[in-house]
Amino acid sequence: MSAGEIARDVRAGVRSARDVVEEHLAAIAGREDELHAFNLVLVDEARATADEVDRRVAAGEDPGPLAGVPVALKDNLCTRGVPTTCSSRMLEGWRPPYDATVVTRLSRAGAVIVGKTNMDEFAMGSSTENSAFGPTRNPHDPSRVPGGSSGGSAAAVAAGFAALALGSDTGGSIRQPAALCGVVGVKPTYGLVSRYGVVAFASSLDQIGPLAANVADAALALEVIAGHDRADSTSIPRPAPALSDVLLDGVDGLRVGVVRELVDAVDPDVGRRLAEAAGALEAAGAKVDEVHLATASLGLSAYYLLATAEASSNLARYDGVRYGLRVDGDDITAMYGATRAAGFGAEVKRRIMLGTYALSAGYYDAYYGQAQRVRTLLIRDMEAAYASYDLLLAPTTPTTAFELGAKTADPLTMYLSDVCTIPSNLAGHPAMSVPYGVGDDGLPIGVQLLAPALGEATMFRAAAALEASLA
Amino acid sequence: MALISRDDVAHVARLARLDLTEAELDQFAGQLAAVLEHAADVAALDTAGVPPTAHPFELVNVLRDDVAGPCLDRDEVLAMAPAAEDGRFRVPRILGEAP
Amino acid sequence: MTEWEMVVGLEVHCELATATKLFCACPNAFGDEPNTNVCPVCLGLPGSLPVLNRHAVELAMRVGLALHCSVEPSIFHRKNYFYPDMPKDYQISQYDEPLNVGGRLDLPDGTRVGVTRAHLEEDTGKTTHVGGGGGRIHGADHSLVDYNRAGVPLVEIVSEPDIRSAEQAKAYVNELRAILVAIGASDARMEEGSLRIDANVSMRRAGAEVYGTRAEIKNLNSVRSLGRALEYEVRRQVGRLEAGEAVVQETRHWNEDEGRTSSMRSKEEAYDYRYFPEPDLVALAPSAEWLAGVRAVLPVLPSERRVDLARVAGVAETDAAVAAVVQQGLDGLVTAAVGAGADGRLALNRAANELAHATPPDAGAFAKVLRMEADGRLTATQAKGVLAELVSAGGDPEAIAAAKGFEALEGDVVAGAVDAAIAAHPGEWERYAGGEAKLAGFFVGKVMAATAGKADGKAVTALLRERLAGR
Repeated sequence: MSAGEIARDVRAGVRSARDVVEEHLAAIAGREDELHAFNLVLVDEARATADEVDRRVAAGEDPGPLAGVPVALKDNLCTRGVPTTCSSRMLEGWRPPYDATVVTRLSRAGAVIVGKTNMDEFAMGSSTENSAFGPTRNPHDPSRVPGGSSGGSAAAVAAGFAALALGSDTGGSIRQPAALCGVVGVKPTYGLVSRYGVVAFASSLDQIGPLAANVADAALALEVIAGHDRADSTSIPRPAPALSDVLLDGVDGLRVGVVRELVDAVDPDVGRRLAEAAGALEAAGAKVDEVHLATASLGLSAYYLLATAEASSNLARYDGVRYGLRVDGDDITAMYGATRAAGFGAEVKRRIMLGTYALSAGYYDAYYGQAQRVRTLLIRDMEAAYASYDLLLAPTTPTTAFELGAKTADPLTMYLSDVCTIPSNLAGHPAMSVPYGVGDDGLPIGVQLLAPALGEATMFRAAAALEASLA
Repeated sequence: MALISRDDVAHVARLARLDLTEAELDQFAGQLAAVLEHAADVAALDTAGVPPTAHPFELVNVLRDDVAGPCLDRDEVLAMAPAAEDGRFRVPRILGEAP
Repeated sequence: MTEWEMVVGLEVHCELATATKLFCACPNAFGDEPNTNVCPVCLGLPGSLPVLNRHAVELAMRVGLALHCSVEPSIFHRKNYFYPDMPKDYQISQYDEPLNVGGRLDLPDGTRVGVTRAHLEEDTGKTTHVGGGGGRIHGADHSLVDYNRAGVPLVEIVSEPDIRSAEQAKAYVNELRAILVAIGASDARMEEGSLRIDANVSMRRAGAEVYGTRAEIKNLNSVRSLGRALEYEVRRQVGRLEAGEAVVQETRHWNEDEGRTSSMRSKEEAYDYRYFPEPDLVALAPSAEWLAGVRAVLPVLPSERRVDLARVAGVAETDAAVAAVVQQGLDGLVTAAVGAGADGRLALNRAANELAHATPPDAGAFAKVLRMEADGRLTATQAKGVLAELVSAGGDPEAIAAAKGFEALEGDVVAGAVDAAIAAHPGEWERYAGGEAKLAGFFVGKVMAATAGKADGKAVTALLRERLAGR
């Protein structure tokens, strides 16, 4: 049952929110031990929220557009009084004294938070294997990764643990696991969704977005969480876009460019699905053509310099003084070093090291400064493409879900798999992954729609068209 | 070309306040060198005249009014702390003045 | 060998008089219970984000305008270093694109000191050192941190190295404080730490073009400390230079009790702040309208008031009494008194010396006292007595003088006393007549004794000269 149907029925008093929650809790009880999508399942809290939703419906009130919809939250979204770990030893047991803006908005819309999902530690990774609490497994094949870093959120939706989930996307961390788990994942325009209360990885790239079983649910969720927030200085001062209303508008006359360089970067079966998707859009009336994005691979290198540099600063605060882990030392410097050595996993340390190096004296200009200029070049490249096209079409990932452990030994290989998703983060543009069939191994494949800043409505129209073409 | 030496790695680890083991120093030296080698295309690019982008979306003058709001409860704040004393956060001895 | 010349530049940190902190809505208050004015933002909790305080920006603009700076588009950077008083382990500050650049400050003695920049940044928390070291950092067992001050808005005002003496340095700080208070930017209380000074000091041979190697002196908690520290540092640096040793570029800590500076860098590392643009904040771009609005609320500045007062009183702008009267805020009183017929010079002197730290008297009464003195109806001593009474109890000057028995003596009574004194001391009179001018004081004393202090000293001196001329 979709989120839209749940909300419609609960608001109408046709189904109780409590029944909906119990169904999802039962699904969790059935497979969570195998998949480990959650760091924490909020059984009692979810039941209490659902009962409150039902009480309001009974009292003639409208609990909101997500009434009774079970939602899973990535564990880097602050939840008041509820542990928020970022899948790190560093924050194990930490209970934020406040809610993230998106959490507040979900609650006000009547959503029922069912748990905090597993992730790569501090959102650094593409497989959810970098969790201090063990990996999440792909519901389609538990020997495979769910992708990452929002792997727990993608798995939760794919396994029916929640109707919706929120993730964060810094370099593809919503879209890539959505593709590998066969669900819809949206990275909105930078600034469309508030980052307040989202534990930062790379502040100029991070965006929050929904993962959902279908395009309409993703639209519904984004409408709830988007819109200006005064607590985030980078929030765009505009109301949330209307998306649900445009889903049936079709793609007739839309100009769609298929990004040649990204098609060349993927496995043949992924490429075939992409070609089918392009054909489907064309059949629905879009004008599909090939477009070049020459700076895409440069963007990958720039991304890993910029994101790690910002991360090295964002993660400095985990120092054992105010909250979280402390490992005692004889003096404060010893305490800092021991705490951070014990609290962070290998991938986080590696990225802090890379980012610190990229910012350090003597290297700033060559690495961080250059990466910022490459960012400019990439943005120009994409804006040039959008002069001729309304949307770009690209693969989301180079491959289907890979085996656990396949890439952990070689960080660079893992990084390179983000090449298709990174351009939208660098540009601050919206992009989304839509499931489009399966690969030779029978595992899900996603195709990616990219739009210019605030082009969500057009992007969702095309996503709905792609989804319809599979029906 | 050795882009980053083991000494560089040790220096960066000190800057980042990460106590790394000898094995980690060796491992990171190799892995960071590989990533930096891949980033050599960025470092080598002629970007004369290209301005840097720090923000994807250009906003200016985002300001709030100077009006006080609620603070956190001190007990709640100090309950988060690994160590507290006398209403304050307790830390091990500090070796030098703030820079 | 030529003389050594001291070269000083000052960095003044000034807490702005806002109601709330720079990036959050916590109160900006001094002396509250520790860790009560804190929130997720100023504690650096994961997920929190800064939002800039408009009033802090406008106060910083006032500082810039008052110091004749150009107010420029600016951005914030992160200054990264680990220290427990900094909740995020980076300080949000302005680096290479500060708000105010290229100003000046004119000292009362006419010296012009360039102002390089005046930028916005956040303050740190406060550490208390416990056990062993008697409250000092060295030898302490552990330390305690209070974050009430963390995030309080600061303006850092950096001068050019245009200061050449300890006196000038003190005058610079006093003048700057007067400006900051006058424009409402700060209470500028050094004893509460709302104004803090670092001094960059170097020595060179007089006439040399190049600067010597400088030391930065920290922990200067009063204007007096600044003067003492500079004098100490001159001796230390000249001592080294004359012994053929180099001055080391370093930061030194002023110890008020020991009256000396000592090196404070831990030797293990040079700081590498890894500055980069703060991605959580957007740029400041002051429009002409915004600047005009800020300029409109600026009061008349001390230097402008000195010019006005000097013109009214008919003395030089650099006159010490002019500076003192403006500093004490008595320029309005003096101007009114002059308008009511008082002598400018006399009004300045009496205001500067007799009314300091007093509640100013009514301008009409003040003018009346000055007129009585100028007319010879009160001696200088009597006029001061009347002023003291006027300040403490108020009343009419004529009545006060009468009550105190301060009627000026008839001229012939004074002349009689002068003649009597000459007659009684022929030897002294001969010596006075022979050129021993200081004996005038002897005769004035005798006349004063004979008239119970009611004679006017100036009138007595004039009579003595008359008698001398008439010999």
